[in-house]
Amino acid sequence: MATLIHDRPEHVRLSAEGKPVTLLEAIREGIWEEMERDERVFLLGEDIGAYGGAFKVTEGMQERFGALRVIDTPISEIGFTGAAAGAAHMGMRPVVEMQFIDFISCAYDMITNYIATSRYRGSGGVPMVIRGPSGGGVRGGPFHSQNPEMAFFHTPGLKIVYPSTAYDAKGLIKAAIRDPDPVLFFEHKWLYRRPQLREVLPAEDYTVPLGEARTHREGTDVSIVTYAAMVHKSQEAAEQLQREDGLSVEIIDLRTLLPLDEEAILASVRKTNRLLVVHEDTRTGGIAGEIAMRVNEKAFEWLDAPILRVAALDAPIPYSPPLEDFFLPGVEDIVKAVRHLAAY
Amino acid sequence: MPNQTEAPPVEIPHALVRGDLLALYRYIRLTRTLEERLVNLHRQNKVVGGLFRSLGQEGESVASAFALRRRTDGTGDMLSPLIRNLGSMLVMGAEPVEVLRQYMAKGDSPARGKELNIHFTDYQRGFVGQISPLGDMVPVMTGVTLTFRQRGEERVGMVYLGEGATSTGAFHEGINFAAVQRCPLVVIVESNGYAYSTPTAKQSAVKAFVDKAPGYGVAGEQVDGNDVLAVYGAARRAVDRAREGGGVTLIEVITFRRLGHAQHDNQSYQSVEEIERWASTNDPLDRYVATLLGNGWASEADLAGLDTQVERELDDAIAVADASPLPQDEDTLLDVYADGPVPLPWTRHTLPDPARA
Ligand SMILES: Cc1ncc(C[n+]2csc(CCOP(=O)(O)OP(=O)(O)O)c2C)c(N)n1
Repeated sequence: MATLIHDRPEHVRLSAEGKPVTLLEAIREGIWEEMERDERVFLLGEDIGAYGGAFKVTEGMQERFGALRVIDTPISEIGFTGAAAGAAHMGMRPVVEMQFIDFISCAYDMITNYIATSRYRGSGGVPMVIRGPSGGGVRGGPFHSQNPEMAFFHTPGLKIVYPSTAYDAKGLIKAAIRDPDPVLFFEHKWLYRRPQLREVLPAEDYTVPLGEARTHREGTDVSIVTYAAMVHKSQEAAEQLQREDGLSVEIIDLRTLLPLDEEAILASVRKTNRLLVVHEDTRTGGIAGEIAMRVNEKAFEWLDAPILRVAALDAPIPYSPPLEDFFLPGVEDIVKAVRHLAAY
Repeated sequence: MPNQTEAPPVEIPHALVRGDLLALYRYIRLTRTLEERLVNLHRQNKVVGGLFRSLGQEGESVASAFALRRRTDGTGDMLSPLIRNLGSMLVMGAEPVEVLRQYMAKGDSPARGKELNIHFTDYQRGFVGQISPLGDMVPVMTGVTLTFRQRGEERVGMVYLGEGATSTGAFHEGINFAAVQRCPLVVIVESNGYAYSTPTAKQSAVKAFVDKAPGYGVAGEQVDGNDVLAVYGAARRAVDRAREGGGVTLIEVITFRRLGHAQHDNQSYQSVEEIERWASTNDPLDRYVATLLGNGWASEADLAGLDTQVERELDDAIAVADASPLPQDEDTLLDVYADGPVPLPWTRHTLPDPARA
């Protein structure tokens, strides 16, 4: 391992040298290390080779691992997603990049009909990862800002990951690549390079298991269950509520949406008896509905208030700053909902 | 100017008249200058999202759309542009002030702040706004032109895509369906060397994109995309064929994307010499000016006059767009459905908590 680290270019040995990394750098290191560890791992996507991808996640990888393991594809989401499935059948471990996650819908049939059903049909598991920049807040307009995770949540056979910290992003991308089933890995572009998220990661190999939520902040009065960028908005709200109202807010970061860590949600509800679900995805059909139902089924008597949700509005994501700001959930929305729950 | 009334020494091709030639010039100049102005506005942070340039491709955008029958009452031909077809949009009657308002995310922009750049629609003037997912507009324009056939209207559709987008499933399914239905559709494939950073050779194994035409059973033509009149000629033939019931034509225009994919892209993957060669020897505007002057179809003074007009028009348009208001918060809720706004839940900050009201 030691020799390998010296072989690495500087931008992928930050953690090995004890330097802090952004969420984007963490994902890059995770992919790089998996490619070093397992020669079956290879990458497919548009402009990911010499260019290093639209957000530079795969920078330097083609130079190091060659053009047969870092493949620049034509603009063919159906084609390269399906090809990844074929390679996975043959024992490879493909990692597919959607240049923006919004274009994953082009490959919807391949993912939901072919890939997700493969094991069930007797064609074997499809160990592959589909990843890409997701989420709003960057004035990207309706086709460069989406959160399409719930379009896939309803498809048995898929796993869905959406991390909020550099530590989790690295550990989860590694776990996703090693997982025997297909994993959709969402990367929030508003978090990619946020300096506040830089952290020093373990120098040695680690993974974060899929399907386990994490307590982002301990609290006793109200639980917020959330994921991705909304973890940080919730944190801001929690700090304000502590300061202004003396409220103790617990934040559960789901990290993996599918499989959903029901136990972690229920445990927090039993502790605080009040639940707010926050997601950046649109409201109707968002994960809040599923979570509320599970709590209803298993912890109804623990609740001291109705479950609430704060989510994006039921519209396509608009471009103009005032519209996008109005569309996305904000800190003040979370504060208001928590106050309602606390006072109920 | 005693010789001004004399017949031009060289005959103007494609049944065009001198006024057409000057109009073509004006549209190309307008496209280029408008984009330059957008760059300044981008630097001033007045353009909110990404900025996409068509430098070196303005000639083919303008000349191809110029072959369409242009109306303002919804009875003319229709096109759907790609991100680099600002010129085609202007030819169809899109106003610079509309484009500026779009880029500046204004509330009175054609898409009312919901969509960006040249992604906007006017069925009266005959353009259908594209979405970002590439290739999608080919099947959509197949449907538009299918309707022309169903209604027996002698109208034609034109759809633009980069060579990169020919790799999509949507392109394949759309052009194939149009071919089978003999839709009056002209498909313009802009072969400009790169799709973002990906060179053409990694996009397709065909030597020329026009070679795809026989595979779909449609007519094909390849044309020098930086020769304005040659592009017009090819588009004219394809449009006439479509109108006469001859079905689909795929036109491959050979051109070059001289700037990055978008304003943020530093073009590290392109060779400086290659860009410089296209800029110095194969610029569509330079070549067109040389043709106009060389054949005696226009004078330096004619062109300078048009340049001044364009500058003035854009000064005015920018002032108007700059003064335009941003959209109102509640506009977010409108136009999701026909029957009124989508609901605004009380958990969002604008409404009071009902428990406290
Ligand atoms: C389906 C889909 N996949 C990926 C993208 C991201 N993307 C935007 S533009 C572009 C390159 C387009 O190249 P080309 O079609 O040749 O047009 P050009 O930009 O050269 O005019 C890519 C990959 C997209 N918009 N749509």
